Amino acid sequence: MSDQGKYQPLTYFQLMEVSLRELLVEKGLVTEEQVANAVEDMRKRTPERGARVVAKAWVDPDFKKKLMENGTRACEELGLDLPALKLVVIENTPQVHNVIVCTLCSCYPRMLLGIPPDWYKSRNYRSRMVREPRTVLKEFGLKIPRKVRIRVHDSTADMRYMVLPMRPAGTGGWSEERLARLATRDSMIGVAVPKGSKK
Amino acid sequence: MKAYPLGHVRTPYYIRGHSGVIERVCGSFPNPEELAQMRDGLPAQPLYRVRFMQKDVWPDYGGNPADVVEIEIYQHWLEKA
Repeated sequence: MSDQGKYQPLTYFQLMEVSLRELLVEKGLVTEEQVANAVEDMRKRTPERGARVVAKAWVDPDFKKKLMENGTRACEELGLDLPALKLVVIENTPQVHNVIVCTLCSCYPRMLLGIPPDWYKSRNYRSRMVREPRTVLKEFGLKIPRKVRIRVHDSTADMRYMVLPMRPAGTGGWSEERLARLATRDSMIGVAVPKGSKK
Repeated sequence: MKAYPLGHVRTPYYIRGHSGVIERVCGSFPNPEELAQMRDGLPAQPLYRVRFMQKDVWPDYGGNPADVVEIEIYQHWLEKA
């Protein structure tokens, strides 16, 4: 399934994927088309979905209230259907910085942020983000002052998390569309904060 | 509490044996330990978000003493502290 032109031998997991897929197709349990469509659906989901939610919460206090109370329902109001996803949105404040990790595997709000970055699934990130969050955040270029408390959210079961970053200063009067461009994937995971007044 | 139960569990080792406070009740969900054995996971287990102080979890924790880690834990893994 790789798009790269250069020949690479299949890895163990790629070989497993091909074998299993071909077997399921051969047995008539799924079709190649269904698999291709599912992959395409996954690729279509990008962090722009999450950014829309963040921008809306920045400009609309009522929506933000609903989002904090029931993330799934609030997103549905925006037309973002989140099947089987129990979304918990956690808000950064001047006093508290939030960051998300899944120490057990790589649980991630894919419906809002798309396919997780490789580092999110790495052992390094998963084991160290709970153990020494400040050091790991510094490696991402984010220095959290000591007086700011850090809440690490370990996504171990049925909930999925998204950070609502703080709206940057100097963005008064901006449209939702323009604000949404500030809400990066990393800022919704909590390893970055949105930068204001980007030219 | 068994340190190394067999099978698929969702309570990470690093948090076992520590005391925390319930941050919120998440609802009830089929027990993943049972689902992993191809059983129905019923009755559904209440799931909680539990907040732990980082300095309690890691004795040499170097950040703000008020830093926390919050984790989802199923009821059958919890007991009154």
